[in-house]
Amino acid sequence: MRALIQAEWTKFRTVPGWVIGMAIGGVLIVAFGLLPGIQGSCGQPGSGSECVLPVGPEGQEVSDGFMFVHRPLSGDGSITARVASMTGMLPPGPNDDKMREGVAPWAKAGLLIKDGTTQGSAYAAVMLTGAHGVRLQHNFVHDKAGKPGPPGSARWLRLTRTKEKITAEESADGTTWTTVGTVTLAGLPQTVQIGLFVTSPQHAEGANESLGSFGSYGGPTMATAVFDHVTPVGSLTGTRIGGPANKYADELGGFEETGEGVFTITGTGDIAPAVGGPAGIGASISDTLLGTFAGLIMVVVISTMFVTAEYRRGMMRTTLAASPRRGRVLVAKAAVVGAVSFVVGVLAAAVVITLGQKVLRDNGAYVHLASTATELRVIVGTGVLLGVTAMLAVGLGALLRRGTTAVTVAIVTTALPYLLVMSVLPPTAGQWLLRIAPAAAFSMQQSLVEYEQVANLYLPVDGYFPLSPLAGGAVLAGWAVAALVAAACFLRRRDA
Amino acid sequence: MNKTIIAVDGLRKRFGRTVALDGMSFTVQPGRVTGFVGPNGAGKTTTMRVILGLDAPDSGTALIGGQPYRALRRPLCHVGSLLDAGALQPSRTARNHLLWLAHSQGLTARRVDEVLEGAGLTTVARRRAGGFSLGMRQRLGLAAALLGDPPVLVLDEPFNGMDPEGIIWMRGFLKTLAAQGRAVLVSSHLMSELQDTADHVVVVGRGRVIADASVVQLLAATANGRVTLRTDSARAATVLADAGGTVAAAGVGVLSVSGLATDAVVALMNANGIGFSEVSAHRATLEEAYLELTRDAVEFKAVSR
Repeated sequence: MRALIQAEWTKFRTVPGWVIGMAIGGVLIVAFGLLPGIQGSCGQPGSGSECVLPVGPEGQEVSDGFMFVHRPLSGDGSITARVASMTGMLPPGPNDDKMREGVAPWAKAGLLIKDGTTQGSAYAAVMLTGAHGVRLQHNFVHDKAGKPGPPGSARWLRLTRTKEKITAEESADGTTWTTVGTVTLAGLPQTVQIGLFVTSPQHAEGANESLGSFGSYGGPTMATAVFDHVTPVGSLTGTRIGGPANKYADELGGFEETGEGVFTITGTGDIAPAVGGPAGIGASISDTLLGTFAGLIMVVVISTMFVTAEYRRGMMRTTLAASPRRGRVLVAKAAVVGAVSFVVGVLAAAVVITLGQKVLRDNGAYVHLASTATELRVIVGTGVLLGVTAMLAVGLGALLRRGTTAVTVAIVTTALPYLLVMSVLPPTAGQWLLRIAPAAAFSMQQSLVEYEQVANLYLPVDGYFPLSPLAGGAVLAGWAVAALVAAACFLRRRDA
Repeated sequence: MNKTIIAVDGLRKRFGRTVALDGMSFTVQPGRVTGFVGPNGAGKTTTMRVILGLDAPDSGTALIGGQPYRALRRPLCHVGSLLDAGALQPSRTARNHLLWLAHSQGLTARRVDEVLEGAGLTTVARRRAGGFSLGMRQRLGLAAALLGDPPVLVLDEPFNGMDPEGIIWMRGFLKTLAAQGRAVLVSSHLMSELQDTADHVVVVGRGRVIADASVVQLLAATANGRVTLRTDSARAATVLADAGGTVAAAGVGVLSVSGLATDAVVALMNANGIGFSEVSAHRATLEEAYLELTRDAVEFKAVSR
């Protein structure tokens, strides 16, 4: 097997066109990545915007904007209140320009304990949501469901601090209480802020699920909640955390004490991890790898030709006379172009991830932070994507034998689905395709995290893939294995 | 004394409705050049592909030293072959073409340089094979066949595209290889190419063996003891016929006599006082022998089409 791989490697490296083609594939990825594609206004002179997102206690970039009606709490203590009602406003639909009445599904009204009023500081909150029942959330990324209950029904909530432990309880009647959960906020200081909060996130909605004309619309939303039975009643201060958020915050954000222990609070924003896409902001490091499809096409063409050229020249007979164990020949070919493509992908992605981010930031685009581990996974993932796709192309080349047919089929199988998804396919069809096509492996380039508790469209065009990196890679690997096994069977049975 | 090294036994193969091989059987012995001749379409190339494990026969076997080709682990060290000299990646250099083949057998680059020199290709070793003439490609193919220093060589039409000088070189080369004790199987559709080269000939037509004999036997069978006599005398024919010979005119003043030995013809002429300018035993060419043997095969093909 070693001799076979060495022979195939010698074959590959001694045809200048193939080596150059692979290099061009890498250059294309880098070129697309360094082109100033995405523009923004962050840090541009005169805009006054520095585009810095607060960072949560666990290192993620977060949104932290809400109306907080609070008082200091020293040591242990608790707060109890009933969310009597929630109302809200949604952005106009696609065909009108008037605000609509309604509560966003992830609008939140409830009780909050927070380490001060700085954005991004540690917190725990129990809340009633627009459509997701009672939730216990803390430190932006953690979310635990309480009882669902019909939307809009009043709910009693209680938040109790015992040293670093925060316990959330809920009740339908204020008499029978059930515990939602207990969370630990490590390093919570002696004095914290405790109180009532209301917020309502950015809304995004898909419109026109048809070929080529998909659009999304949305905008800020707003929620107003009436709290009563607030105990203990003390002197509460209203603070708008986050901002300058939007027009609702400016015009409507605020609170009113309308009676003894009765507060009407209006807020907008979100307490959640920051996301990209229609309901989020900014670009991700994955956006710099936009050119991967171009590199992939080069890799696919050369890998297919690595096999079909031998059929065209009659050299397959020389190869098979030298190595009568035909399955191994195929494996050696796949291993060689797979390894070359992997290296091309890793090198190109490493350059693009490093330099491309800087280009985007220099253009004023906001680029979401990604951990080193995520960057490494995206870089290695790009290599795996190219490498395994190259192996699939070898299988297709051996199955189809004719160069033009095989190259066409290989491109239609690998690169075309991705391009369709990213251009004209409606999101539902696109997500379906990205679960079954070899292009599922593009998920290995995803750097943004999808959160169930953050309302967003999470579309492939925004860098959200339906499968996890591992599952996407497995789908591609399945295709490659199937093609190679089928090709090996045919190669063994057919006359050379 | 004969040690069979290629044993082809009862090969049958059809391509659709065409019968390519119809019970092909023969053996190849070491130390001599075996010519494998027959008209185009007789099944020579298919037989060679089966020997090399490239095509699978419908029935029958082809063994190399008792083993099927596909069971050989470093096949190029057992059998060197040249099927299609044009089977080259044009942008790869001659040396690199041999290099990947060498690597596939675990051989080194040194061996590559040796065979390049043996084939007289050292000066063009680093040129792209795509620019080679057919003759140079044949040399490169021969170099590839010799990479593993194999005891058996299977060469399909190696004279194709060679200039006269190349043909002479190739003949000498093949003889040298056989003298080294190798078994050399060379196919050709032109018998003349094998004249003075092959020791043994396997003549095939329509997918089966028509004749399998040494060149000496084949020539003797075709010549059939004929004597050519050049004379102006009208009596010569009568005298020879009276003495029991079969006489035929073979041109103006030329008689072809069979049934009488050369010295008997000379004695008869002298005894009867008939003058003659030449008398010679007829030497059949391999070409004549071949044409005689393959006439049926060719005619059948002409009719069946």
